[in-house]
Amino acid sequence: MSGFLEVSHIKMQFGGLAAVDDVTMHVDKGEIVSLIGPNGAGKTTVFNMLTGVYNITSGEMSFEGQDLKSMIPQDIVKIGISRTFQNLRLFPKMRVIENVLVGTHVRTKYNFWDSLLRTPRFRREEAEHTARVIQILRSIGMDGMRNSFVNSLPYGDQRKVEIARAIATDAKLILLDEPAAGMNPAESEELLRFIRELRDKGYTILLIEHDMSVVMNISDRIYVLDHGKLIAEGLPQEIANNPKVIEAYLGGEQKNVKNN
Amino acid sequence: MEKKSNRVLSAIESVCYKFRYLFLILYVALMVIVPFLDIKLVHAQVIILIGVYAMLGMGLNVLIGYTGLVSLGHAGFYAIGAYTCALLETKLGVNFWLALVASGVLTAFIGFLLGLPSLRLSGSYLSIVTLGFCEIVTMILKQWESVTNGNYGVRNIKQPVFFGIKLDMYNGGLIVLMLVLCLIVGVASLAIRNSNAGRAFRAIKDDELAANMMGIHVSRYKIMSFVISAFITGIAGGFYCVTRNYIEPGSFNFDVSILILSVVIIGGLGTIRGMVFGAAILQLFPQVFRFLDEWRYVVYGLLLIVMMRFRPQGLLGWQSTQPYHLSKKTKQILEADGGTSEPLEAAGKTEGGSEQ
Ligand SMILES: Nc1ncnc2c1ncn2[C@@H]1O[C@H](COP(=O)(O)OP(=O)(O)OP(=O)(O)O)[C@@H](O)[C@H]1O
Ligand SMILES: [Mg+2]
Repeated sequence: MSGFLEVSHIKMQFGGLAAVDDVTMHVDKGEIVSLIGPNGAGKTTVFNMLTGVYNITSGEMSFEGQDLKSMIPQDIVKIGISRTFQNLRLFPKMRVIENVLVGTHVRTKYNFWDSLLRTPRFRREEAEHTARVIQILRSIGMDGMRNSFVNSLPYGDQRKVEIARAIATDAKLILLDEPAAGMNPAESEELLRFIRELRDKGYTILLIEHDMSVVMNISDRIYVLDHGKLIAEGLPQEIANNPKVIEAYLGGEQKNVKNN
Repeated sequence: MEKKSNRVLSAIESVCYKFRYLFLILYVALMVIVPFLDIKLVHAQVIILIGVYAMLGMGLNVLIGYTGLVSLGHAGFYAIGAYTCALLETKLGVNFWLALVASGVLTAFIGFLLGLPSLRLSGSYLSIVTLGFCEIVTMILKQWESVTNGNYGVRNIKQPVFFGIKLDMYNGGLIVLMLVLCLIVGVASLAIRNSNAGRAFRAIKDDELAANMMGIHVSRYKIMSFVISAFITGIAGGFYCVTRNYIEPGSFNFDVSILILSVVIIGGLGTIRGMVFGAAILQLFPQVFRFLDEWRYVVYGLLLIVMMRFRPQGLLGWQSTQPYHLSKKTKQILEADGGTSEPLEAAGKTEGGSEQ
């Protein structure tokens, strides 16, 4: 195992429930890979396992040859995996720019005394990080909101701030948990373009998304989860025509397809 | 109504921001003038107490206002700072300036120890631990008579001497010292706030899990915020002891913890201006309303309740409407890059970070 992201037979057991059961997948550098599945399929749980929120029950995970299983979340960010959250988790009492600056935390080398004494090292690094954050905000169309406090922003904009914050960690792999949720069609179109741009700039994206049109449009490959198990994987076209996937999405209660 | 008051406040804020260097000059000028003013002893005492509580507020603010950890035991740190300075001076004859630094350092160390349980406990549990801490400190001060003189307290604390000049209540020296210390603590608090550590503190306050996921070592920063908070409080204590002739355990009881907490809450969590303002209000109130006798505490309580209802963020606590300050260097980098470079280059593909 020495690929980019390699996950084999991972399992997450919550009491009697296997939220993720024997899932094997991989993401190659420069890909946009989507993880889809009905509500409660275990998609977010996979993200939580990858980022060290949960200690996995069994299985193996590695990123660029480094074992993720034994790492704490802080180290996982440091080696280059960053994420957004399905239910926004921003810092509401901080400004947009400060939220994104928090993303640069793991790359910050100056210490407490540097900041207290405003040493040249502090000034240089802080200026570099701030400039980079502004550039990220510009590219995602949020620079105009730089000074706003996050709790005063509309939902769609908050999602963008989360994505900007994830980018600011200098991650190589970015995990996006339903980034288009709460956005209007125009915004989500814009977001798609942005995600593609990210890929073109050398980022790798693992995406959870409910909106099938989005997924089919953007993904290089797709994994489908249902009840914690991987039921299909492949190119968008293969997935769209896979009877098991259609069954999982339409066969059940039909509650979660937003097929527009 | 609240909206309108916010607008007024932010208008004032932008004026203050514009003239911030002028205010700084005025502040320094004040330090120079004070010794020439004829300040009555009673007034000097109130002014000094405002300064002490402003510092205490700023100390607690690092913990509550930045990191969101509520301490009900800061009088404990305050006492440790005051006793360290007073005992070093009176028993060992240590020079005040050294003793002051020692107060800060020792209190910071105790802050480190008290910070350890904060890793396991949160919310009200932590508050109760800090409450117990304060009780333990006063208990030790009362019982450990061979060192602390017990209830008798420490007497004959000498005033600091600065290059041969004794700083006391009459020549305004202590007021100048208070102004200097407040300025240092205030500037340091702001410097911490707008740095990597300050952002980590505030991120922890807002969302601990998200802070974790951004690579912040939450426990490390919680302890660090305890240490900084205790250091400032210890310095305030060390300074306080020399403004009195004597100190006793009773000067640092639970009421004092609550008073410090009130400064922070009434002034406005997270702000420096709020700490100064809160300290001024809380010290002046009992003086101005002296004619009400015991009733002033009833009025005080009522005012607190009314304020919590209508201005829970504190009198001077509001979200700043000033733009985030960009340093010259930041602007230079942005200009140099213009729109030409690729801002989003992924790490590893090219090495970013141009110098100018
Ligand atoms: N910490 C937890 N403890 C217990 N059960 C959990 C926990 N986290 C998730 N689960 C359960 O695991 C299952 C998968 O949840 P998960 O959030 O991963 O689904 P999802 O695919 O992201 O769904 P959605 O599309 O609704 O976001 C659900 O049944 C959920 O109730
Ligand atoms: Mg989910």
